[in-house]
Amino acid sequence: MKVLVCISKAPDTTTKIAFTNGDTKFDENGVKYIVNPYDEWYALVKGLELVEANGGTVTTITVGNTEDEATIRKALAVGADDAIRINAVAEDAGQVAAEIAKVAKEGNYDIILVGKETIDYNGSQVGAMIAEHLDLPFVSLGESLKLNGNTATLEKEAIGGVETVEVDLPFVVSCAKGMAEQRIPNMRGIMAARTKPLKVVEPSVNSTQTTFVKYALPAPKSAVKLIDPNNMDELVQLLHNEAKVI
Amino acid sequence: MSILVYINSNGNKIAKNSFEAVTYAKKLGDVTAVTNGKADNAILADLGKYGASKVLVDRSFDGTDEQQITRMVATAAEKVGAETVVFSDDLVGKAVAPRLSVKMNAGLISSATGVPQGDGTVPVNVFSGKAFAFVKANTSKKIISLLPNSIPVEEVGGSASIEEFNGNAGDTRVRVKGINRPEGDIPLPEAELVVSAGRGLKGPENWGMIEDLAKALGAATACSRPVADADWRPHHEHVGQTGVAIRPNLYIAIGISGAIQHLAGVNGSKTIVVINTDKEAPFFKAADYGVVGDAFEVVPKLVEAVKKFKASN
Repeated sequence: MKVLVCISKAPDTTTKIAFTNGDTKFDENGVKYIVNPYDEWYALVKGLELVEANGGTVTTITVGNTEDEATIRKALAVGADDAIRINAVAEDAGQVAAEIAKVAKEGNYDIILVGKETIDYNGSQVGAMIAEHLDLPFVSLGESLKLNGNTATLEKEAIGGVETVEVDLPFVVSCAKGMAEQRIPNMRGIMAARTKPLKVVEPSVNSTQTTFVKYALPAPKSAVKLIDPNNMDELVQLLHNEAKVI
Repeated sequence: MSILVYINSNGNKIAKNSFEAVTYAKKLGDVTAVTNGKADNAILADLGKYGASKVLVDRSFDGTDEQQITRMVATAAEKVGAETVVFSDDLVGKAVAPRLSVKMNAGLISSATGVPQGDGTVPVNVFSGKAFAFVKANTSKKIISLLPNSIPVEEVGGSASIEEFNGNAGDTRVRVKGINRPEGDIPLPEAELVVSAGRGLKGPENWGMIEDLAKALGAATACSRPVADADWRPHHEHVGQTGVAIRPNLYIAIGISGAIQHLAGVNGSKTIVVINTDKEAPFFKAADYGVVGDAFEVVPKLVEAVKKFKASN
């Protein structure tokens, strides 16, 4: 089977968020980029498990420039067979999904996996957009996936619980916690990743549907108001009269 | 301006975040709501209270298959000449809005937290709540999905007319085999008040007082990641970056230190109360109110105080 996993980079979770150019650009100065955790821990590892059990190949795909190759090699070190980089700077979800869908269509993949969202823009858009471009079913927020021949059974997040669904191949799934366990690349994987094929293709869509015009940081939080642990009536009164939440 | 808003009326119930979406849409123009399934007309007509003048309902299919809903909303948008389609950024909205964006070639602005500014940009949450961005759609048609609890629901009066229509939804290819949803619980993403606890509770047998507090307040219960990982509590209660991201009006964190990954999923809460024995716990920096004390002593006192308050109000 042919599995495609969409990979993007994201600033490390502990990154201090700041903006430059009159608050129009994310300040990348000193930022450490990692493989977006949902893409790596859940989507990629699930892809590897599927191929380990059923045979086939895992290909990663990324919209990015040469600077993204370090994160692509990291995904190859975890175990993907090969990688595709679409040579463009990712500007919005619509552009990323359109570029990936174009390449994915030619590859005839059985399952396309994405992380549930990136930890920087949190849009949760790309997977469903790829599915629509390819006219494929989409399962959002998958927490488990079992394959039986040509049919997959998935558990997914539902409001206040878990839903079980069944879908035939091919389909697109966004992966949430529970889908797989994080794997740490070993030295052999890291060495092998250096020579695995990384194909660069030129973008063909080149259009965005949205523009991030400017950014802002939230107003700094005022200091915490400490309440005497023996005076919970005071806390309740503050929640009622001051915060007006109860 | 014609605005279409998608409503999830499954189970003959309309969630509060759908009323928020109608309230939001009403601020943008004339509102038509669209939904599917078997909900009673009386329930659908209620959408008029928040500003919808009409509800289009496709009774030919039930459920939340996003491909069917996408086709139905696109048909409705065409029918009413909608310039903007509004969704709640909930589980269904997250899956449908992006599909519709491709189908309608309409720019999607997701995680919106407010109405468009004078320059047409919409404020959205980015970097897991650590910043805002102002985003513009470059397309003539737009889709906005509104984060739950971003704006207060406003009643403007009125009753919506109901019109049955054929949304050309087509077949579903995602077959639902079952839903496991605990009865009686308040679904976390919809909850206005949330009581959450972490490893400080020492074990699952101590959750009784957390449930007592939640019950006294009418709140949902939640937990931190280590608690869900240890199977002390079900996974759907795990809030934080890798679990459910929530933005209730009140978040009470008990015995949770406040790691950055936890904060990323709850920092949109309007008011945060932290109860912890460790006065250096990072969560106190994000809290509005803090209690430095032992949860086993503080929480029962808080339960009594809440009960006393409720009895006298």
